[in-house]
Amino acid sequence: MPKLQELQDLVQQTRRDILRMVHKVNSGHPGGSLGCTEFLVTLYHDIMELKDGFDMDGVGEDLFFLSNGHISPVFYSVLARKGYFPVEELGTFRLIDSRLQGHPTTHEGLPGVRIASGSLGQGMSVAIGAALAKKLNKDTHLIYSLHGDGELQEGQNWEAIMYAAGNKVDNLISTIDLNGQQIDGATDTVLPMGDLKAKFEAFGWDVLEVREGNDIEAVAKGLREAKGRTGKGKPVCVLLHTVMGHGVDFMMYTHAWHGKAPNDDQLENALAQNPETLGDY
Amino acid sequence: MKKYTDQGKNDTRSGYGAGMTELGRTNPKVVALCADLVGSLKIQEFIDENPERFFQVGIAEANMMGIAAGLTIGGKIPFTGTFANFSTGRVYDQIRQSIAYSGKNVKICASHAGLTLGEDGATHQILEDIGLMKMLPGMTVINPCDYNQTKAATIAIADHEGPVYLRFGRPKVANFTPADQKFEIGKALLLNEGSDVTIVATGHLVWEALIAAENLEKEGISAEVINIHTIKPLDSEAVLRSVKKTGCIVTAEEHNYLGGLGESISGMLATQHPTPQEFVATRDTFGESGTPAQLMEKYGLNNKAIHEAVHRVLNRK
Repeated sequence: MPKLQELQDLVQQTRRDILRMVHKVNSGHPGGSLGCTEFLVTLYHDIMELKDGFDMDGVGEDLFFLSNGHISPVFYSVLARKGYFPVEELGTFRLIDSRLQGHPTTHEGLPGVRIASGSLGQGMSVAIGAALAKKLNKDTHLIYSLHGDGELQEGQNWEAIMYAAGNKVDNLISTIDLNGQQIDGATDTVLPMGDLKAKFEAFGWDVLEVREGNDIEAVAKGLREAKGRTGKGKPVCVLLHTVMGHGVDFMMYTHAWHGKAPNDDQLENALAQNPETLGDY
Repeated sequence: MKKYTDQGKNDTRSGYGAGMTELGRTNPKVVALCADLVGSLKIQEFIDENPERFFQVGIAEANMMGIAAGLTIGGKIPFTGTFANFSTGRVYDQIRQSIAYSGKNVKICASHAGLTLGEDGATHQILEDIGLMKMLPGMTVINPCDYNQTKAATIAIADHEGPVYLRFGRPKVANFTPADQKFEIGKALLLNEGSDVTIVATGHLVWEALIAAENLEKEGISAEVINIHTIKPLDSEAVLRSVKKTGCIVTAEEHNYLGGLGESISGMLATQHPTPQEFVATRDTFGESGTPAQLMEKYGLNNKAIHEAVHRVLNRK
């Protein structure tokens, strides 16, 4: 396990990457990216068992699927700093001829990405398919997936949630980013989804909650606990309570920064709150 | 003129089932998925012989497409099975993002395509699926003509890397292609040589084209008949070679003229060799309930319709 300080440095540097990436092209989704930074950094650096290098089939290693593809900035930063591609490439985010498309894709051959996502609600089905392939291959590694809370308004999720429980897909850990925000406002205003824990449990999942989704130690503890619950006949759901825009005071507790980039002054302010740790790209 | 014999009527969906049985025995990477239509897709034998390689997803086609995409990650070759309508229109975005754009090796196998589904009516009779699928970059689109060819196509697409849409039907139709045929994706088959007109047909309309050619011969009209089972990639060479000889063409398909085989051919000919063309296809309409024969008659999709289209196009030469 890496030292807590190492993970904290990675988180802080990732936040800088996210902010600088979206600022440069004046587009992209910083809010959800910042909220999921602790989760993705911890997942890739402390939780998942990963092989060196990248191949599409990923036999013999854990796999991760990002369903809410709009938080591509955090995904790209974490992949780059894990060594899947050069960190300098983060500077090409959303530019013409880049492998770092607005939403993640396999189409340009970016190592670390195994499915296109962006059109919401499809990732859990894909994760289930990959989990079934692992079982057929007698590969005991796990499948992780991440979904937005607003994303659960897409009906395909509930087809997938029903299937995974009904077919005992117990090598799957699906995390829901509970930041309570979506483009048009609070999820409870746009379309209230009620008690998600009760819903997942009613469908037959094993559910655990991480109340402090922006605390590295809490995330690591929760994901270890989730790992321990796999292989017991039920898919595992982690309800991860996060704050959208976490780490930048003026971006927190609002949906305003879902899909909006900071201007020059705002970037300076945001970066000052997150000093450089591992070197900017 | 070559004579083709019906070896005994059979449904193309049973050709799919037979192809799956063979793949189950020969290719351990092949897995099958189905959305509550095992009986309709004729895959019970595959399931009995390979229960661990079959996934019943229930009435949840969107989830089925996503699961199929995921199964390729780990090296499986998934074959999804449901009706053509629920294989395409219902799940277009799932196919677009998770399969086509993601470049996943999924075989989308669709039964009950077109009007010949019959009595269930327009909710289940899709006439737009070829268009929907051919517009997706990287998607191969195949519509075989009979039982033997559907079986051969099913087996062949397992060896093709990339997404494929395989379209077949419900009714028992003439089975006239060789049982031992080797199916080559993208290769049109010249069934009858002729000099006055080219008839290019796909799916159930190929047999009708052969009957039309026989009847035309009695009138002294020499029709060349091409079976184009692969709509994308289109065998442009075969079509060009034929129309350069005959000077006119009739296309025949159980599909809307918008977005179908005829449209692909006219687009190709417009840029490479402008040629008078008539379309035997539905005219931007939904279907309705009726027997397959009644529907094919009413919507102008039989040998009689092809015959009439040939006369129309000959007048335009």
